[in-house]
Amino acid sequence: MSLSVSHLTFAYDKTPVLNDVSFTLGEGTLLAILGPNGVGKTTLFRCILGEQKRYSGTIEIDGAETKALSARALAHRIAYIPQTHAPAFRFSVRDMVLMGTTHRISPLSAPKAKEQAIAEEAMARLGIETLADKDFSRISGGEQQLVYIARALAQQAKTLLMDEPTSSLDYGNQLSVLSTVRELTREGYTVLLSTHNPQHALWYADEILALHNGGVAANGAAKEQLTPELLRTLYGTDIRLLDTDSGPVILPEIHQEEPK
Amino acid sequence: MRKTGNTGTKRRVTVLLLSGAVLVLVFLFSFSIGRYGVPALEVVRILFHRFLTLTGLDRVLPMAVTWTAEMETVVINIRLPRIVMACLVGCSLSAAGAAFQGVFQNPMASPDILGASSGAAFGAALAILLGASARLITAAAFCGSILTILLVFLVAQRAPGMKVVNLILGGIMVGSLFNAGTSYLKLVADPSNQLPQITYWLMGSLSGTKLKDLPLAALPMAIGLVPLLLLRWQLNLLSLGESEAKALGVHTELVRTVLIVCATLVTAASVSFSGMIGWVGLVIPHLCRKLIGSDHRGLLPCSMLIGATFLLLVDDVSRNLLAVEIPIGILTAVIGAPFFLYLITRKEKTI
Repeated sequence: MSLSVSHLTFAYDKTPVLNDVSFTLGEGTLLAILGPNGVGKTTLFRCILGEQKRYSGTIEIDGAETKALSARALAHRIAYIPQTHAPAFRFSVRDMVLMGTTHRISPLSAPKAKEQAIAEEAMARLGIETLADKDFSRISGGEQQLVYIARALAQQAKTLLMDEPTSSLDYGNQLSVLSTVRELTREGYTVLLSTHNPQHALWYADEILALHNGGVAANGAAKEQLTPELLRTLYGTDIRLLDTDSGPVILPEIHQEEPK
Repeated sequence: MRKTGNTGTKRRVTVLLLSGAVLVLVFLFSFSIGRYGVPALEVVRILFHRFLTLTGLDRVLPMAVTWTAEMETVVINIRLPRIVMACLVGCSLSAAGAAFQGVFQNPMASPDILGASSGAAFGAALAILLGASARLITAAAFCGSILTILLVFLVAQRAPGMKVVNLILGGIMVGSLFNAGTSYLKLVADPSNQLPQITYWLMGSLSGTKLKDLPLAALPMAIGLVPLLLLRWQLNLLSLGESEAKALGVHTELVRTVLIVCATLVTAASVSFSGMIGWVGLVIPHLCRKLIGSDHRGLLPCSMLIGATFLLLVDDVSRNLLAVEIPIGILTAVIGAPFFLYLITRKEKTI
């Protein structure tokens, strides 16, 4: 078991956010977290990353409680891939990827040839070597997301946490980022990603975790759990599932005024 | 390693070597200008001779004295302390500015963002009011500066929410409190001698620097600058923001505290010896970012070299432009502000 969360409960002051959330995630699994805005997906990530420690319940990574791990030890196990955003300063793509190797070196030193080589390899793995000398803030959103993934690979942590990786990407880039992630799970990476698009979960995820009102509404194999009922509960809208040759397709019921 | 893997490093080394070379040239040139002209060649000979005598190498490598005693006095006793101090202060303020900008992820941060200079000003004004000696004024300024930061940390620690924002708000509050204190001290100061002395101190000047001040200033600066340089890579990560840095394995709170303490220490040391010299810590890191990029592995050393060069040049202007010396704090603003405007309005190029 790679990641296991049990009875996680968290409240901001008196407002409950997560209520008794439990799930486990095996190696090489792609888990999609679904849920309406403000349901606590980001809070769940913050708890897993040890940024928010005032929760009850346990979160374990490879048998070690994440709360008790130092930032460095945690970075060794979990890589976080943020939503695309502009950093305050302009770094080259190479430097951004190189930052993934930070937990390997002493805080009082800088990356050496060995780390440099790890970063080059990570960029090559994602086919972004040609971007290496470009300014990170000047490349496209899709490319930036790939750079973040390359940075996670350079981090050499086997579990990846992705916060809505497709949220600001165009359609083509959404699919290309997701299939890259899919490939990584085949190589043994465990991926936890939040998404607002249930169709993506159907296409790419092995399992889903649906959060509703702070609790778990569904957890398990994506194709079994993603039902019209669940989607109605989560998003409050009517949805049909169409079975096609290339898998199920989610179709919202669009109410049109039909001429009588 | 791949060929492309080195373009960034190569550029960094080239820029740093060039900045170093420029600093050496400006350093030597600064000795020869002034009311009492000393030929550049003699400057080099005098300095080299002094170096040999100090290290005891003059017995092995004797040098013929080709210069007059006045030249030696001017170079060693009058110009050397001031020139070295200008370099130290310029280097420190720029490094502190670069560090604060990285820590606060804000290119508008300057070394006095946490109120260090306001505290120093209050300390100095208080010491002047009490009729203290020059040495004590420096010490009071230094203590005022450190005290301010301690207060800011205390305030930030107690407040809930984002640490970085709390620090900045705390800095603004404590800083303005000390500014008010300084204003009050100016009000009650004797207008015939103390008030001008306070005002003049606030404008910043290197003219009073003595040879024996140098080690006193250099020691705290070195204590602060060494950790700043060592943490250059961590500074890159902190500049991405708290949560990203943490997820990448940085012990953010500890690293940030060390960086802030060290940057404050060098700022306090600078301000207490030179008075208020603004703009350097803001403008120089900006300029260097254009030259060498945002990677602090290059940015920090580059800011230190260029900062030293810049303040040295400004001080040269300050002591040579007019018959009466112009306080350096005024000049850094007069030169810094238009230069900064030029930098930000210039067409952006890639890194």
